[in-house]
Amino acid sequence: MSNSMDDVAKHAQTFFIIGSNTTEQHPVFGTMIRRAVKYRGAKLIVADPRKIDITEIATLHLRQRPGTDIALINGLMYIILEKGWEDKTFIDERCENFDEFKATVMEYPPEKVAEITNIPVEQLYETAEIIATSKPTAVIWAMGITQHIVGVRNVMDLANLQMLLGNMGVPGGGVNPLRGQNNVQGACDMGGLPNVFPAYQPVTNPEVIEKYGTAWGLKVEGLKGEGENLQPATFQLSNRIGMTVTEMMPGILEGKTKLLYILGEDPVMSDPDTKHIRHCLEELDFLLLQEIFPSETSVYADVLLPGVTFAEKTGTFTNTERRVQIVRQAIPTQGDARNDWWITAEIAKRVLNIRMKDEGGRMNENAPYASWNYKDASAIMDEINALVPSYGGVTHTRLEAGERLQWPCPTKDHPGTPILHTKQFTRGKGKFMPIDHISPAEKPDDDYPMLMSTGRVIYHWHGGQMTRRAKGIMEVYGEALIEVNPDDAIKIGINGKTHIRVTSRRGMIEAKAWVTDRVPPGMIYANFHFPAASANELTHAALDPTAKIPEYKITAVKVELA
Amino acid sequence: MLNIKINGQSIQAEAGKTVLQVAKEHDVHVPTLCYHKDLNPTGNCRMCIVEVKGGRFLQAACVTPIWEGMEIETSSEKVMKDRKLTLELMLANHPVDCMTCDVAGECELQDLAYEYKAEVPAWGAKGTRYKADSDPNPFIRVDMNKCILCRRCESACAEIQGRNVWGVAKRGFDETMVTGAGVPMLEARCESCGQCVAYCPTGALSNKMNYGMARAHQVKKVTTTCSYCGVGCQFDLLVKNNKVIGVSSNPNAPVNGMALCVKGRYAYDYIHHPERVKKPHVRRYLLEGNAKPIVNRKSEIQNPKWDWVETEWDVALDIVAKKFGELRKDFGADSIGLLTSAKCTNEENYLMNKLARQVVGTNNIDHCARL
Repeated sequence: MSNSMDDVAKHAQTFFIIGSNTTEQHPVFGTMIRRAVKYRGAKLIVADPRKIDITEIATLHLRQRPGTDIALINGLMYIILEKGWEDKTFIDERCENFDEFKATVMEYPPEKVAEITNIPVEQLYETAEIIATSKPTAVIWAMGITQHIVGVRNVMDLANLQMLLGNMGVPGGGVNPLRGQNNVQGACDMGGLPNVFPAYQPVTNPEVIEKYGTAWGLKVEGLKGEGENLQPATFQLSNRIGMTVTEMMPGILEGKTKLLYILGEDPVMSDPDTKHIRHCLEELDFLLLQEIFPSETSVYADVLLPGVTFAEKTGTFTNTERRVQIVRQAIPTQGDARNDWWITAEIAKRVLNIRMKDEGGRMNENAPYASWNYKDASAIMDEINALVPSYGGVTHTRLEAGERLQWPCPTKDHPGTPILHTKQFTRGKGKFMPIDHISPAEKPDDDYPMLMSTGRVIYHWHGGQMTRRAKGIMEVYGEALIEVNPDDAIKIGINGKTHIRVTSRRGMIEAKAWVTDRVPPGMIYANFHFPAASANELTHAALDPTAKIPEYKITAVKVELA
Repeated sequence: MLNIKINGQSIQAEAGKTVLQVAKEHDVHVPTLCYHKDLNPTGNCRMCIVEVKGGRFLQAACVTPIWEGMEIETSSEKVMKDRKLTLELMLANHPVDCMTCDVAGECELQDLAYEYKAEVPAWGAKGTRYKADSDPNPFIRVDMNKCILCRRCESACAEIQGRNVWGVAKRGFDETMVTGAGVPMLEARCESCGQCVAYCPTGALSNKMNYGMARAHQVKKVTTTCSYCGVGCQFDLLVKNNKVIGVSSNPNAPVNGMALCVKGRYAYDYIHHPERVKKPHVRRYLLEGNAKPIVNRKSEIQNPKWDWVETEWDVALDIVAKKFGELRKDFGADSIGLLTSAKCTNEENYLMNKLARQVVGTNNIDHCARL
């Protein structure tokens, strides 16, 4: 998020939620928006094919055809430009590439957009007027925007919209993607990505390689200042961009991936096209899984190491608004389970020993952060402070003392940064990107005439390993339900029966139907919480070319009685 | 600024504030029951009554704004007597089962009865009027016998959760709190967030999952951050005998205050689930030095070489490290991939990044951000 949750809850005059089921997936932030709308009179536009819970308090609900977000956003910007509602000062002073962008937007007149998106022209005008005149508008999205082959383009177009309206860098505005997992922000910040070191420092940048190579005691070309008696290090960093999860898996079948070390993830449940994922894992040479429960993935693991839950560990999580918060150990580690950081460190030490022996290789052991001897989590944070600029001042001591820190927080006396881009964008000027609408990868056809979208429900969490083991949760939501529109229910002939069979080009699941107008005719919605009926048996690995995110939100399916 | 007097002390206070707000700012104790700082005051319990000079009645401090020259007594004899009577009227209609009540020790009614030495009057209602544990909601225990009609549940549901599940039904002695039109909570579109429980001052609404498991003073509270979604709510884990037995709101939580969702507040019991992996597991073929058997779901059952064997850490870690070494040597660093975890801490993720890059020498590291 460029802004903070309480900031937009307090200051946004309009919320534009597109592709986020906020009250179910980020429930507490959802209640903040509910309060702002109900008691502060803020306006709320929800663009979502489904009649999700929060639409009941929406000023307007736009039910766009799935996969037509760019046309919708461009259409709104067309009207904004047509009416002269754009923030000319902001565009002139802080942005560039406006003319090229405008030329593209001008190809999206309302009538054409209505045809693509199935949203009436009047609603487009009404929406444009609300978001452009009741400012600041906070744009909020989640996986409904990103899990498309045009995920990156969708996000860029929303950034275009906010720059056009001058809603960036102001309280109550901003681009506000809601991160799904408790620490998905932190996992990205800490370099859990194939193209960047921590704090998004590119793995191809020689200066960054030198920085980490030096700190970690590795071989760095032309490195100065190494002790004279020391042999130079031979181990070195790779400057090749690595593979994403959606590339590593198929990489197994291509012979590229031989060993996977998976920490607390369940790809059999959460990755697209389960049958294919199972096949990949069957073919893998060695799978190391570190988990709290046996999972759908542990079936394929060669070694399963017991990690611990959040209640048994100390450390930090970074939330969707870049706020770093302390996690405190409340109970001893269970059984012989160990802290996850300890396990990783033990593996690292042993692998280094083997490499030194086998290769006769060396590290510069005097380098400040070559070692893996950490006393506790706060010692690891000390290293993060030194090497990750945006976390430079985020120490356990400050957090324990109750300081509230949002990164960037570069120094020990920096107060943190609740709102980004207030003076300028990270790259300097905000660059308008001309973005065109592209159709989804798999469209309904004669064989698979309906469209399936996937996601979670309020009661369960992702692959369900934790919430399926929560008794009360299972009493309330104990099996997969697939949302089916009443019109379709009649066509399928559900008529009192309960179970349906959903088939895609990749697989088949059977589950109970929930007949509801939450979904429009022609569309169903399924979740991936239950192995017996996981939507990912049906989804496909069509990826966004840049982000490599799969198009979970659009799968062509056939629905019949089970 | 207005000039007022509280208990004879001259005070300057901002116009628009209530007597209760000004009293609190000046450390003057006024007892409250239906009032909560997070909720709009309703003035219906009459515990915060004060005497205002020239007034015909005692005034509820939580809803009475100050005025110029106002003179207030917060603990005159009349006030104290009236408060005690109010408490007795509540107790007359409340089961005195503090010995077995789940919230004893953190019950605001109990605290006030103690403070005012209020007892159940001889003419008090006999027997209970409602079924205890009357709602099938798996998380929230409803016992309307203990309700004092403060209506905090109604305010919390409306003002914090924005859901308006709770309301009032009937009148007079029969007045009672209901969900929806008197239907079970879940049918009244309750999201089981437990905000009503967190704000209930008595045992009328309590947590079903840990009912009878611990009294307030037997519990250690550890403030931590939720591990479900990216909002980053903080709360207190309730620990007894090294077990997490519950979650309670922590009013100082930066993002969420008292608010939590159904998962954060109630989906914690997986922590002690018997299926937890508690020992390192290694497939038998690795211990016997055999080749990896063909793996698929069928062979997992059939092939004894694919059986799990529980081992000590050193055994498992050495096997793992050896595989890293072998495969790295034979197929190069980029034949190894790491999936780090969006559920784990920054510190753990940082180490996974360091393991991939420093130790293995690959940038093949990713996690489920895309999924």
